Amino acid sequence: MTIQRRTVLKGMAAAGASLGVSAKIASPALAQGAPFKIGLMTVKTGPLAQGGIQMEQGLLTFLKEKNNTLGGRKVELVVADTGGNPAGAKTKAQELVERDKVNVILGPLAAFELLAITDYILQTKTPLIAVAAAEDVTQRKANPYIIRPTTTSAQCCHVMADYALKELKLKRAATISEDFAFGHEQMAGFQRVFEEGGGKVVKKLWPPLVTPDYTPFIAQIGNVDMVFSGFAGSNPVKFMRAYADLGLAAKTPLMGGWTFMDDALLKSLGDEALGVLSGSSYSSAFESESNKRLVAAMAKDYNSLPGGYASGMYIGGMCVESALAIAGDKSTDGTAFAEALHKIKLEESPRGAFTIDARGNAVGAVFVRKCEKKNGQLVNTVVKTYPNVSQFWTYPEDEFLKNPVYSRDYPPAKNLEN
Amino acid sequence: MNLWLVLAINSITLGGLLFLLSAGFSLIFGLMRIPNLMHGSFFMLGAYMGSTFLAKGFGFWPAALASAASMAVLGGLVERFLLRRLAGQELAQVLLTLGLSFIIADACLMVWTGDPIQPSTPPDLRGAIIRSGLVFPIYRLAIVGVAIAMAIALWLLIDKTRIGAMIRAGVDDAPIARVVGIKVSQLFTLVFCLGAALAAFAGVVGSPYLSIYPGLDAEMLPLALIVVILGGAGSLPGALLGSFIIGFLYNFGQAMFPDLAYVILFVPMVLVLVLRPQGLFGRVAL
Repeated sequence: MTIQRRTVLKGMAAAGASLGVSAKIASPALAQGAPFKIGLMTVKTGPLAQGGIQMEQGLLTFLKEKNNTLGGRKVELVVADTGGNPAGAKTKAQELVERDKVNVILGPLAAFELLAITDYILQTKTPLIAVAAAEDVTQRKANPYIIRPTTTSAQCCHVMADYALKELKLKRAATISEDFAFGHEQMAGFQRVFEEGGGKVVKKLWPPLVTPDYTPFIAQIGNVDMVFSGFAGSNPVKFMRAYADLGLAAKTPLMGGWTFMDDALLKSLGDEALGVLSGSSYSSAFESESNKRLVAAMAKDYNSLPGGYASGMYIGGMCVESALAIAGDKSTDGTAFAEALHKIKLEESPRGAFTIDARGNAVGAVFVRKCEKKNGQLVNTVVKTYPNVSQFWTYPEDEFLKNPVYSRDYPPAKNLEN
Repeated sequence: MNLWLVLAINSITLGGLLFLLSAGFSLIFGLMRIPNLMHGSFFMLGAYMGSTFLAKGFGFWPAALASAASMAVLGGLVERFLLRRLAGQELAQVLLTLGLSFIIADACLMVWTGDPIQPSTPPDLRGAIIRSGLVFPIYRLAIVGVAIAMAIALWLLIDKTRIGAMIRAGVDDAPIARVVGIKVSQLFTLVFCLGAALAAFAGVVGSPYLSIYPGLDAEMLPLALIVVILGGAGSLPGALLGSFIIGFLYNFGQAMFPDLAYVILFVPMVLVLVLRPQGLFGRVAL
């Protein structure tokens, strides 16, 4: 564990923990006092539950592996179910901070939940490690108490646009995604890179979040080289089946962001998903030691394959461990711990090496994956790795931030056809 | 040009599925005078059960029938042991069905986890019909066939049998039906079983293209509600017509005015409520 070696002072305690020796004996100074409290905000009921359950499983896997001891300190986990809505997120955040007095919050799952609590997080100086993708939380309205070790909405979509243009030489695209912020930001990121590189987005379709049948939308796609999609939750499963049923899968390549082809969805998909390309900061097939442990433990304990949510929270746990080592005795001070979170530099994680930029978002590899069948099972095989991808893609940060945040209408679509 | 044809065919298939879902809802609404807010749950739970039967090696249609049968039992139990205790208290009955729908949703989450499940299309009905560059999946056309067969069977049941006559009498005027010796409370149980079974059957039939996931119940319930308000509670022709109207409005609305998709869906319902509250085929309650 390279992170731990870097901090010499607490090195003994950390090394003790990773060797499985009781850290309490190795480092009495740190082990004394109350346990370090982690609050997990997740969703265990309703339509977002699949991702939420994965989040909890990912974090539990990490803590079990560490025997609930991080950097020589006992860790206590408090799990809160927000119900997947902003009001619930707000209530649970207050409970975690005021009643349970947690030292750090992991989660919540959805962008609108995160946006509902960012002011409160700032006010109460509670460090938070997010998976929700809302761009501005780590951009124009960067919150010094929040880091995101996964990706922004558009981070992987920039990559996919580049891949479609340069590797596949595709020029005409249609985009389709849910009509809400996460979808808008993903499609906007794709469109910007794709059109600046000489491609054209000729159709943008926005089905409502709740759409029992996608056929009316798919029928409108028309004559394009590719379709880019940003569906999330269980919607990709429905969409891909309808897309194949209408005969498009054989004709027009389908690509998407990470939620569109999350590894956790693979067991719900059939042959209609073969050949679909997706961009993600995580791949369950990634060969790193911690990822192998995560995949093996999830298979054993939960009979499931970790996707972006599970790995995101496993990595979130690693971030807590790393920040504990950096902040040391000051870890219970919210501001000091948040500063430590921003200094994290993990060289080994389930997504590989990554760092946290000044605004709190991860800079790390993004994988382009292709869905294939191996031994009768669907897998996302990595076909290309883009190293060190930042949330600003290749644009200079200050120039990127001068533009309005990605939205349904920004950047404007100039090439739409009917 | 092609777009319109695909939309039209898809409208008919969605209409067929909606009819399977809402026929039972309409009968329950008409007879018991309560909107059964568990109807979406019957649909979802039925679909989940169907997926389990499929996984256990049942064929597609046997799985659908087995799921319908088990849901009929559940519907009967709910009516006999819970709703009947609240006889006459319609608000309490509605709230009970709402509460049960939450319980079923969470139970499904526990048993089948949150992972979406998408059963494969029955082998004989895979593939698509291709005519002049236009592709249309065979399975969806088969749904229309199933819906039509079911409509005929229900029509025979309601219009031509003694039980059907009793149900119609109950829908028209329950107190008088009681006076002439019809055991209306037994009809309640029967209709609830039938409604639950139909919803479960629809759930299994719809699952290969809708897929099954937490929240499916809440997506289907409003559609059933609109269909029945449009067509008139307790009327099978009403449910049939309402289903196809909604099928067309849904498909063309989403394609032409995606931003207004829900407005287009609900405006006819509002108009019907204002201008003809009993629905297109409903009778004025006495």
